[in-house]
Amino acid sequence: MKAKSIDYSSGQLISLVILRMLIGWHFLYEGVVKLWNPSWSARGYLLDSEGPAAGLFYSMANNPDVMNVVDTLNVWGLVLIGLGLLLGALSRWAAIGGIVLLAFYYLSHPPLVGVEYALPSEGSYLLVNKNLIELFGLAVIVAFPTSKIIGLDRLIAKAMNREVPEEAAAKTESTEREKVSA
Amino acid sequence: MENNKDKKQPEGGQQINRRDIIRGLAALPVLGVFFLGASAKKSSDESLKQRILEELNVEATPPPPSGSMAGDPIRLGIIGFGIRGEQLMRALGFASKEWKEQMKKSALENPKDSRLKDFLSQENLNVRITGVCDVFDVHAEQAIEAGTIDGNKPKRYRHYQEMLESPDIDAVVIATPDHWHAPMAIAAAQAGKHVYVEKCMTHKFDETFELYDVVKNSNIKFQVGHQHRQTQSFLTAQDIIKKNVLGHISLVETNTNRNSDNGAWQYPIHEKASQQTIDWQQFIGNAPQIPFNKEHFFRWRKWWAYGTGLASDLLTHDYDRINCVLNMGIPKTVMASGGIYTHRDGRTVPDVFQVNMEFPEFISGTSQEPGKEKGMTFVYSATLGNQYSRPTLLMGHDATMELGNALFVYPDARSTRYQEMLNKGTIQPGTPMYAYDPAASGVDAVTSATAKYFADKGLLYTYRDGKRVDSTSLHMREWLSTIRHGGTPSCGIEPGFEEAISALMACASYRLGKRIGWDHEKRELVNVSDDELLEIGMMTDKKMAMM
Repeated sequence: MKAKSIDYSSGQLISLVILRMLIGWHFLYEGVVKLWNPSWSARGYLLDSEGPAAGLFYSMANNPDVMNVVDTLNVWGLVLIGLGLLLGALSRWAAIGGIVLLAFYYLSHPPLVGVEYALPSEGSYLLVNKNLIELFGLAVIVAFPTSKIIGLDRLIAKAMNREVPEEAAAKTESTEREKVSA
Repeated sequence: MENNKDKKQPEGGQQINRRDIIRGLAALPVLGVFFLGASAKKSSDESLKQRILEELNVEATPPPPSGSMAGDPIRLGIIGFGIRGEQLMRALGFASKEWKEQMKKSALENPKDSRLKDFLSQENLNVRITGVCDVFDVHAEQAIEAGTIDGNKPKRYRHYQEMLESPDIDAVVIATPDHWHAPMAIAAAQAGKHVYVEKCMTHKFDETFELYDVVKNSNIKFQVGHQHRQTQSFLTAQDIIKKNVLGHISLVETNTNRNSDNGAWQYPIHEKASQQTIDWQQFIGNAPQIPFNKEHFFRWRKWWAYGTGLASDLLTHDYDRINCVLNMGIPKTVMASGGIYTHRDGRTVPDVFQVNMEFPEFISGTSQEPGKEKGMTFVYSATLGNQYSRPTLLMGHDATMELGNALFVYPDARSTRYQEMLNKGTIQPGTPMYAYDPAASGVDAVTSATAKYFADKGLLYTYRDGKRVDSTSLHMREWLSTIRHGGTPSCGIEPGFEEAISALMACASYRLGKRIGWDHEKRELVNVSDDELLEIGMMTDKKMAMM
């Protein structure tokens, strides 16, 4: 796979990397908190589901075996996705995984007109909530990858003999150096 | 970049330079900050929890399970297969085909409805229904159908006395109208049959004393149907009281709020009900004679002749919920008032009912100087014209306990015991300092709003080992276990006697319009005569009984 060279300005690169790390931090902390609390389960959240997909979530919540799998996948999913985004390791896959998880959260509790939840929400939402915004934040991270510039993916790519992109500023600098040496 | 292609690359990967390392590991310091922050937050939260839990020292342990159900099946007779009788049969593991079909359909329409699934996963209590007795043919046939398993078909008895004489019955479940509870339970105990009787245990004062004596002098296992005694939060509440977490409790508030016809006992009248299908004389029993009346048969809770209205149906639950936690016993005085303000349909029992029970000698514990630790009022406030949910509150000098399926303890801003913690901000008056959620495997101090919302919405149930269970089934299991292995059921004749006398005092106070008292030494009523009670049908008319 040939790495695409994206010409980011320094400002663009820094913004994208910070966005990636912030979402990573958030996922990681959500995961770690659940990992530290052995009695945590998504059961209550799922039972509180509304909207078109609510039936699916109720049936998950009412099956203890399924709930064990769901809880484990959710907790470790959050931790691994968080680490992936924060460290920039397999960042693209982490972001896609994060999109899938957030889509489940959003579908379980969509802020529809006329729908009330037992779980209180700390803000006011209509169709758009923070899950949806974070989901599209991850879509931006998939569309504008940075982990091969700043992140463990850079070292992974190099170790696997793959090309890594340089950000525009660095590229311009090196091109100029090459010109001079030529 | 193109020049790079011409360079020979080391085997297995490109050369990694210092710049790559810096960029590749740029997030490591951030990760370090993350874990420092996260562990600091964790230890701060935990030390706060620990400080509170150590101070309160409450143990939220489930009770030891009642004994094994192995051995020969216990042979049960069901007396009364109305609304509650059917529920009790299901708690024993027997459901009619009709109900199962209905639940299957309901679960398909509403995936949240897990009633059928819960029923099917119930433990096998190893009982056989060998007899049923109901004065309405349709109910009797339904009970036979529900009770038939593996070709074992229960026998229908036309009269409970015949059932009690049968050697095929070990124990009976009584779910009839209230005015039949005591006569049947007394006869069953005299016949040596174990008894599970619905609340209110009795309908009249004299029969309450008689039942008490008969059960005390028998070897039977006797249980009154207050299944909340199996709810884990109530067991935790008992420990909270034992540890004096609330301080001196001066007021307990309990409530009923219902706002539907069904909640006001306007139960459906079966289309097949007639003088041919109902043994009317047997239904009437010791109640005043009236001609056949379908409404009285199906909606008996609306008349004093067969029940005591809100006092027997719902006050009894609230009274016993608190009595099993506080052990306060029978009140010294009871004053009740109310009226029929919504359901003016010919009923005699009130649909708004307020009861104040006084316990001037009650002591639950204290953190204050002597002289401030005695006396408590128990308030029961009910309306059948509004369903705003009011919590059950136990209000102490140091803290308030909100008691439901989940349990919350709020410190009082003026508490003596917790003043230091309040001053330091370790606990706040508006936030629960202790929460017990039976659905979670752990306990949680300083809870979030989330847990509270779930409890309020009724999303939480009684759990054992993480499995959702029907508390009525647990209550019957406990009774069956004492039959098999000995021991005393949790709602035996002592709490049953206290429940019945207290509820009947509330009813008599309302009906006579005066305060009724209880003499603990002499075990007798104060400020009311037998004639007054006879007048309102709360004493057995011996002359009538002789006839």
